[in-house]
Amino acid sequence: MSVRHALLALLSEGPKYGLQLREEFEARTGEVWPLNVGQVYTTLQRLERDGLVESDDAAEDGPQKGFRITAGGEQELASWLRTPPDLSSPPRDELVIKVLVALRLPGVDVHDIVQAHRRYLVELMQQWTRIKQDAADHDLGLALAVDAELFRLDSVIRWLDAADGYLNRAATWPPAAAPAASSLPKLRRRAGVRR
Amino acid sequence: MTTLELRGVSKVYGEGPTAVHALRGIDLSVQAGALVAVMGPSGSGKSTLLTIAGSLEDPTDGEVLVGGTTLSNMSRNAKARLRRRSIGYVFQDYNLLAGLTAAENVALPLELDGIGARKARAAGMAALEELGLADRASRFPDELSGGERQRVAIARAVVGERRLLLADEPSGALDSANGDAVMRLMRTACQRGVAGVVVTHDAQLASWADRVVFLRDGRVADQTAPPPGPESLLAPSTGQGQ
Repeated sequence: MSVRHALLALLSEGPKYGLQLREEFEARTGEVWPLNVGQVYTTLQRLERDGLVESDDAAEDGPQKGFRITAGGEQELASWLRTPPDLSSPPRDELVIKVLVALRLPGVDVHDIVQAHRRYLVELMQQWTRIKQDAADHDLGLALAVDAELFRLDSVIRWLDAADGYLNRAATWPPAAAPAASSLPKLRRRAGVRR
Repeated sequence: MTTLELRGVSKVYGEGPTAVHALRGIDLSVQAGALVAVMGPSGSGKSTLLTIAGSLEDPTDGEVLVGGTTLSNMSRNAKARLRRRSIGYVFQDYNLLAGLTAAENVALPLELDGIGARKARAAGMAALEELGLADRASRFPDELSGGERQRVAIARAVVGERRLLLADEPSGALDSANGDAVMRLMRTACQRGVAGVVVTHDAQLASWADRVVFLRDGRVADQTAPPPGPESLLAPSTGQGQ
């Protein structure tokens, strides 16, 4: 989450104080992303240094110091909103690595490993769903933030389900078709996995 | 109070080398007021578990108790009465009768149970009103959206004095918002003391349940722990002056 751009977004509505910015940030993200007050001021100082916001020169640093967005800040915000985040190469996913490692370890039931992770993910989803269930209908920020988490966790469970299916089918493959020792480095090179 | 209990339930289809073991020694208890989701891949026995729990099929071995009564000790007529009065079913494809309006569909199980038409319609209307569908009462199923049809099906499943609500992929063809609405209604029914069982492969639906049971090859492979309160996810504010 870019605190920098979230603050610019809040300031694009009009001038605000530091403390107010922190409170509004948390309210808009359904308090899913708590923000350290120190982070707010450090970020505001950097934004000011870069000419993206202006402050009341007269006021001292602190919760009552006011800030407003500059034309440069408006432009930066508009450009950030339209720039897709970098999803082009998959991050090195710890869960994928664990399942791949389990696949090679003798005496390990990969289905059990998959199930342990599936259960944990479903338990997490149950907690998020409780939040959604209890949320007021008009709390759009919270609903969107919780749904983002639910869809993300759900996609991981779907991958685990697919992995289970592959494992079941692989159990009937002839030995020659078992995963080759070199398959992982090849995948890393092809997919450009980040380290 | 335990509304549904499965004790060592097994189900075998066919005989000899071609026999299919759909369920193997399932133990499952669902308390009144609890919503339990059953997850598992295709062929894991989810739907068989539901049909046996709802007395639509008999187990090969083991016992099913609904409201403390053992189903195997009941006559066919008594089982049929139990299904009409105490058990509500929700299916993926709604199973509404096309020639009846929403209100008539909802009132039908009560009328089949011998309750007078006027009283049954009143109970049906009350169930529709509770689910926010009062203005759809006189519409026929083909005049309703998919989400509305499933809500009517849920109203039909909970109308009267049902104690057990069984749902098989209740939001199969619905989008996420309608799926949420369906699960919200199921939870509302459970909060009134109904015991609910939802069979699904969809983790988002299952996450509405109090407990999720995972089936694999006809056995209970695992289940979730009781969830901690949602506050555990909402990190405390990082505070002042850090």
